[in-house]
Order: sequence, then C-alpha cells, then structure tokens
Amino acid sequence: MATSKKPVVVVDDVHVIYKVFPGGKRVGGARVKNVRISKKVKLREVHAVKGVSFTIYEGESVGIIGSNGSGKSSLMKVLAGITQATKGAVYASSRPTLLGVGAALMPNLSGEKNILLGGMALGFSRKDMEASVEAITDFAGLEEAIDLPMRTYSQGMSARLRFAIAAHRTHDILIIDEALAVGDKAFKNRSQARMIEMRDGAGTVFLVSHSMKSIKETCNRVLWLEKGDLRMDGDPDTVIAAYEKYVEDSAN
Amino acid sequence: MAQYAEANGLKRMGARPALLDYLKETFKRRDFAFAISAYTNEAANARTALGKWWLILLPTIQAATYGLIFGLILGDSRPQNFLPFLFTGVFLFSFFSGSFSSGASSITSNGGLVRSLSFPRMLLPIAAVARQFLNLLPQLGVLAVLLLVLQQTISISWLAVLPILILALLFASGLAMIAARLTVQVRDLSKLIPFVTRIVFYISGIFFSIERVLESVPALAPFIYLNPIYDFIELTRGALVVGHQMTGTLWLACSIWATVTFVTGVIFFWIAEERYGNE
Repeated sequence: MATSKKPVVVVDDVHVIYKVFPGGKRVGGARVKNVRISKKVKLREVHAVKGVSFTIYEGESVGIIGSNGSGKSSLMKVLAGITQATKGAVYASSRPTLLGVGAALMPNLSGEKNILLGGMALGFSRKDMEASVEAITDFAGLEEAIDLPMRTYSQGMSARLRFAIAAHRTHDILIIDEALAVGDKAFKNRSQARMIEMRDGAGTVFLVSHSMKSIKETCNRVLWLEKGDLRMDGDPDTVIAAYEKYVEDSAN
Repeated sequence: MAQYAEANGLKRMGARPALLDYLKETFKRRDFAFAISAYTNEAANARTALGKWWLILLPTIQAATYGLIFGLILGDSRPQNFLPFLFTGVFLFSFFSGSFSSGASSITSNGGLVRSLSFPRMLLPIAAVARQFLNLLPQLGVLAVLLLVLQQTISISWLAVLPILILALLFASGLAMIAARLTVQVRDLSKLIPFVTRIVFYISGIFFSIERVLESVPALAPFIYLNPIYDFIELTRGALVVGHQMTGTLWLACSIWATVTFVTGVIFFWIAEERYGNE
C-alpha cells in the first residue's frame, strides 16, 4: 500500500459466527470452538459478518449503513474489542469506545451515580468525575431526573446519559451505534456538534445509523454492509445513492 | 495486513493484554471498584426504613438465631465461650460465602456495564469482595462489643485480626475470580452454589467444636484441617476468643491458602478476559 496516509483502524477479514440453540439459547458467544451437537437439539450457526476488510485513515469519519441484521452492530462490537471475531482480526491505534443502545449501566442507581461509575470505568478518577457531574448532566439535559434510578429512564433518556458520559472525554476512536436515534431534536443537534468537534480534533468517529441525513452531515466516508458482506465503500453521496436505490428496488 | 498494521503502530483489539499491563489497568481504576460496591450496598438497603442499620442487624440476628437453636440443641456439649465462638464463625463465614456467591454472579449480573463499557473485568469480582468486606467491618464492631461484655478483657492478640483480614481478603478475592469465570462459562454452576455453601457451613465447625467430632472419627482430621474456611475461622478465634490459640500451623495454612488462591484466581480469570463480553 503506497499511501502516506496514516492508518488508524485496520479490519482484516473479520468473520463473526454466532452459534445459537433454536429457542434462543446462545452458546458461549461468538468464540465457541467445540460444540457437541446432539441429534435432538440442532445448533444453528448465524454467520453475521462474512469476511469484511477495510482500512480507516486519520481524519476520516465513517458512516456504517445497511439493512437491519446486516452485521453492523456485530462488526462494531468486534471493533471495540467487546466481542472476539470468530476469524480475522482488528487492529487499531487505541481502544475504540463503543456507544450503543441497550440496558442501563446500573439500573438501580441514580443517573448521577451512573455518571460517576461510568466515568471511573473509563479511567477517570473520582475527583475528576465529581467535578464534571454537572456538566455531563447539563449536556444530557437530565437535570430533573438525575437523582432517579436509571431503570426509570426512557430509552432516549438513557441513551442521552450514556452519550454524555462517553463524550465527556475526547476519544481517539468513538463508535456510535444508533445510540442517538432515540434522542430528541435538541439533543441530536448537541450530540452532532460534539461528534464533529471530536472528528475535527483528529479523532475518528464511526456512526452506525439509518438516518442518511445525519450520516451525510457527519461522515466523509461510508461503508455499506449487506447480509454480512461489505457491499460498497466510498464517499457518502455515491454509497448512499446506491444504497437508497437498492432499498427501493427490493421494496418493489 | 497484520504486518502493515503493526508497522503503523496499531494494536490488535480484543486481544488479552499482558498480565502486568492488565493488573496495572485494574489498579488504576480501583476507585470504580470501591464506588460500585458502596453504591450497590446503598441501593440494596435504600427501600428499608432502617437502611444501613441492616448491615449490622441482619448478621447479628442470624448469629443470634443460630445461637438460640444450636445452643439449646447442643446443651452442655456446646463449646466454651459459646457466643464469641459462634459469632466469630458466623461473621467470617458470611464474608467468605458472600464473596463466593456475589463474586460468582459479578459478571453475569452486570450485563449492562459489561456490554456498554470496556474496562478490566476483574474489577467486578473485586468489587463484590470489597462490598462483602465493607459489610464485615461493622460486624467486627459488634463482635468487639460482645467480647468486651462477655470476656471483660481487651487483649493485645486482637491486633492479629489485621493480618488475618488481609489474608482473608486475598483468599476471598481469588475465590470470587475463580467463581466468576466458572459461572460465565458454565451457567449451570450458579444453581449449585447454595449447596456448596451449605456443606461448607456444616463442615467448618461454626456452631460446634470440630475437635470433639474428631475424637470419635480421627480419620477425618486431615480433611477438616485442610478446609481453608475452618483454618481462617479458627485462626480468628485464636486471636479473639479466650481458650483458642493461634498456632503456627494455622498461620501457615491460611498464608498458603491465601497466596495460592489469589494467584490462581488472578491468572485463571485473566486468561478468559476476552470472553466475558461475549455473553
């Protein structure tokens, strides 16, 4: 590769295969090697990501698009080192932080304590976090609910809180997996501004979204995943146009 | 690809960090472990009227119940200094059994944290043990009051409790880490934990004098003396309860158990680090 650009993330032929018992019981995640398959219970393999490779360079912010179930989230989890690729590997200049929709961090604790804990898990000291609780609360727009247990939060409130915790730090590589889709308009604007700020501060942002508008506004490169394959990789306008055409065609 | 990535200073993601780096990362985030254990306690007692007082009340009521029942059943054959004997046993035992069971569920019950944030997972079993330890401290206060009332003396040997607690912490942390990994990989084990705990409770001589049982069945002696829970409880009694001795053998047994369990636990847990997020 005769390029002088500096790579930040290299994804090398990544496969993710889940082994699942029909009925929903997952067998030890994506890394099971020897699974006994009895005749009665047949193990199903779900090949979520089928050999994806790409290289991301400094200063790129990358949109990830594709239909539901195309392997976007599975790939992002591998990128963040939360799950292991069944085959292949991911290399990165520093550990990416993944922000996804999902459960509350500690459902029985107040939003404020979740801020403290989340920050400390990311490596901040208690002092640092105590000093920044207010700023994070403001950013999340949760002044009125911050003393309530996180289990009482709506999906949107919970996603806002988690984004605010993660965005408090400047990340070299930040992966946002549809987490912002549930936020309201005002919060979307605030978070988008923060993402662009991070990108301009030489950080790399991955944005998984179904909103082509927010992808166009934040990203300068787009990857299109379809059924576990990397279908297309290029500048946002071209890839999004092709994706939209594909969606329209398959609707007819 | 791999060479290209490494030539540009990129590191493989999800790969388990070297043990030393891993422990450094864990140590750096110790605030998190302490905070999580303190908060979990608060949340657990938040809806009760007596709140924090339950931390003292519950184990005291528990020990008193055992005292009442076994004290009556055993009659004259109950050990000397029965209440200090019993309370020391019950409090220490609940520290170990609590560390074991909450350590076992520390990864599986914190799914929200494990799936959303990446941090050294070892912090979770450590936090579980820290929480049990924070609960043990006020119980030791109750024990001190009890000893003052019943034995009417303060002894210099009470100070030996400090090194014993350090050893007990090491042992419990090792136990919690081993249990945490095992439960993640074989969920079914979590069903057996209550039984294991019960069995250990009965063979550790908590409410009866095990020496007396051994008089009639001396062949059991090696098994009884190798039981680390018994060793720790007996050593603590040696420091606190009149009529019990801290023998060199007990010190040796506890030190070996603590070191071996802790080192084994750390390595055993660390080896599977990349797998905990897969759940």
